[in-house]
Amino acid sequence: MAVRILPRSPLLRYLAVRLALIIPTVLILVTVVFFFMRVVGDPITAALGGRLSPDQLAARRAAAGFDRPILNQYLEYLGRLLHGDFGTALTDRRQISEVLVTNGAATLELTVWALIVAFAVGVPLGRLAARHRDRLGDVSIRVFAILVYAAPVFFLGLLLKLLFSSTLGWLPASGRAAPAVALELQNVTPRTNIMIVDAILYGDTGNIVDVLRHAIMPALALGLLTAGVFIRLIRINLLETMRADYVMAARARGVSEAKVVRKHAFRNALVPIVTVMGMQIAMMLGGAILTETTFEWQGLGYMLTHYLLARDFVAVQGIVTAIAVVVAVTSFLIDIINALVDPRVRY
Amino acid sequence: MSAVISAETTGLEAPPPRRRGIPGTAVLRQTHGLQRGILIVGLFMIMVFVLVAVLAPLIAPYGFNDDRAHGVIFGTQQAPSAAHWFGTTVGGQDVLARVMFGARTALEVIVLAVALSLLVGVPLGLVSGYIGGRLDRVLVLITDALYAFPSLLLAIVVSIMITGGRSTPLGGILAAAISITVVFVPQYFRVVRNAAVAVRHEPYVDSARITGATPTRIMFKHVLPNVSQTIPVLATLNASEAILTLAGLGFLGFGIEPSAAAEWGYDLKKALSDATNGIWWTGMFPGLAIVLVVLGVTLVGESLNDVLNPLLRTRGGGATTADEAEVAGLDPDGSLLDPEVAGLGADGKPLGPDGDGLDPGDAGPGAAEEPA
Repeated sequence: MAVRILPRSPLLRYLAVRLALIIPTVLILVTVVFFFMRVVGDPITAALGGRLSPDQLAARRAAAGFDRPILNQYLEYLGRLLHGDFGTALTDRRQISEVLVTNGAATLELTVWALIVAFAVGVPLGRLAARHRDRLGDVSIRVFAILVYAAPVFFLGLLLKLLFSSTLGWLPASGRAAPAVALELQNVTPRTNIMIVDAILYGDTGNIVDVLRHAIMPALALGLLTAGVFIRLIRINLLETMRADYVMAARARGVSEAKVVRKHAFRNALVPIVTVMGMQIAMMLGGAILTETTFEWQGLGYMLTHYLLARDFVAVQGIVTAIAVVVAVTSFLIDIINALVDPRVRY
Repeated sequence: MSAVISAETTGLEAPPPRRRGIPGTAVLRQTHGLQRGILIVGLFMIMVFVLVAVLAPLIAPYGFNDDRAHGVIFGTQQAPSAAHWFGTTVGGQDVLARVMFGARTALEVIVLAVALSLLVGVPLGLVSGYIGGRLDRVLVLITDALYAFPSLLLAIVVSIMITGGRSTPLGGILAAAISITVVFVPQYFRVVRNAAVAVRHEPYVDSARITGATPTRIMFKHVLPNVSQTIPVLATLNASEAILTLAGLGFLGFGIEPSAAAEWGYDLKKALSDATNGIWWTGMFPGLAIVLVVLGVTLVGESLNDVLNPLLRTRGGGATTADEAEVAGLDPDGSLLDPEVAGLGADGKPLGPDGDGLDPGDAGPGAAEEPA
């Protein structure tokens, strides 16, 4: 019966089903987060308990509506979320939606830098490993891939700090820009909070260089983690496509080995990367929380840690929910791209 | 190895052969050359880790929270010396002692977390896959949603739920283990459930049903042995993820109370400001400990993955051709670093029901050559 309302085309039907699946996914995550965080009690007592008298606490609870049945609160919370209202942080009274936009821009910037590193390191190394299969180059690249997986991002970050910041003194240890630069960039209009864009809009080369210098270590720490996954994927897929008939046909025609890899095998080997990218986004956001804390990069992860330590669970809940939505939507987008790029995707 | 044999033979309703010798040696005997070397290195690293963890109170020079011995204060941030091989922390504790006791904490959490996730995830997956229907659809939806979520965030949320954000007696090792369990349950659930769906209508299950076996008996006696091949691999790979998650929680200040136990992630967090001042020893040693343990566990996990999947053996079992492996939906490469073969995604997580991972129905050991 439901099939009737769905489009005829298998691709469109797949996309429709996939889009429809986002809703329960997000709903489940929002619900889980909401009830998990409320099991322990109301957020006011958690954040301000001990600092206010019991009467004051009760008054604050009543004002915020935390004394009413949990189901009512849940439905209201859902309703507010639909309007993009994530509530107000208990400790610093910031609008959560404002935190999401401002600090989210910083996280976005970090993730993009890290992705650039991951591609720049992972793709060439993966190709190299596949071309020198089972020889020294291959083995050392694979060991490198395992090592970056085994090292937590914050340890990698700590090592980078030790080397480039405190020993060599080449790079700033933390932050997104020097204080003076950050102050200057506040006057940029329109302000995007993406430091590099703001710096370019401001138009001063010194500022751009400063912003870039701050981004190098966080991007490396987070990017190398993902690069390890990319190396393994590219290598395996390249080895597999190198065995394909069309590659053999190209070889038989006398195409040079380098060209076979570049023109025939490599592009097809990239397809599975797109698939895994969806999973990587979730992993990168997890890694971003740790990276941001390591380098005091004031993104969502940094704020999350800040609110966690302040036990401001309204803010924590807002940020976690937002990340859940981002993850669900990104994985949907990746699925679409994948369905469009790869004709072998089964609907 | 014995898991493979028993999985194959119980499919034929024959009694499983008795396990002989030390478990694990059979696996070792099946490996060759480089792969054996890697497995041995990994096993050695795990052994050192377990030994240090178990013997920590005996071999550690001081207690993990001691800042003085015999009335003499250690001093804070002392460089490595004869008295303190790894130096002292900003809190004046001995780094070596903290690293050793940290191994103890890590081991406790890993064992608890993996055991709990097996206990919850496997039966849930069995029931969901075997019984199917509405229950199955709801469970799949929920676990898929949880699975898509960044695991560290999930662990944080659960940790808040358990501890209320403050330290309680329960808030230590058990809370950390439960937080990590919630991350892993969806993984076991997916692997077991997909495998159970695949074997649900196999003739031996049908015949068991006809003879009047109860659903519980069918699930645990007939289905489980045939879907359990990938569980050891998953459990091993999860163990390495458990260490990273525990360290991540500790690093964010959300793990185990520092006075209750030594934890590597927490020590690394404290070491961050030291790094800016050029003090390397407070962070270097706990960090290296994490890397070495994760490395050891990963190496063993990946070797197990290769060995327990006979289709992947590159040497020794020459019967398998690349074509056969491809038919089974496997990467015929037999590469050491290919977790996808165990139905795991590239990041060591299992592929979803619609992922193109291993289909246990036709890629189980029975489809391969005789295990040596």
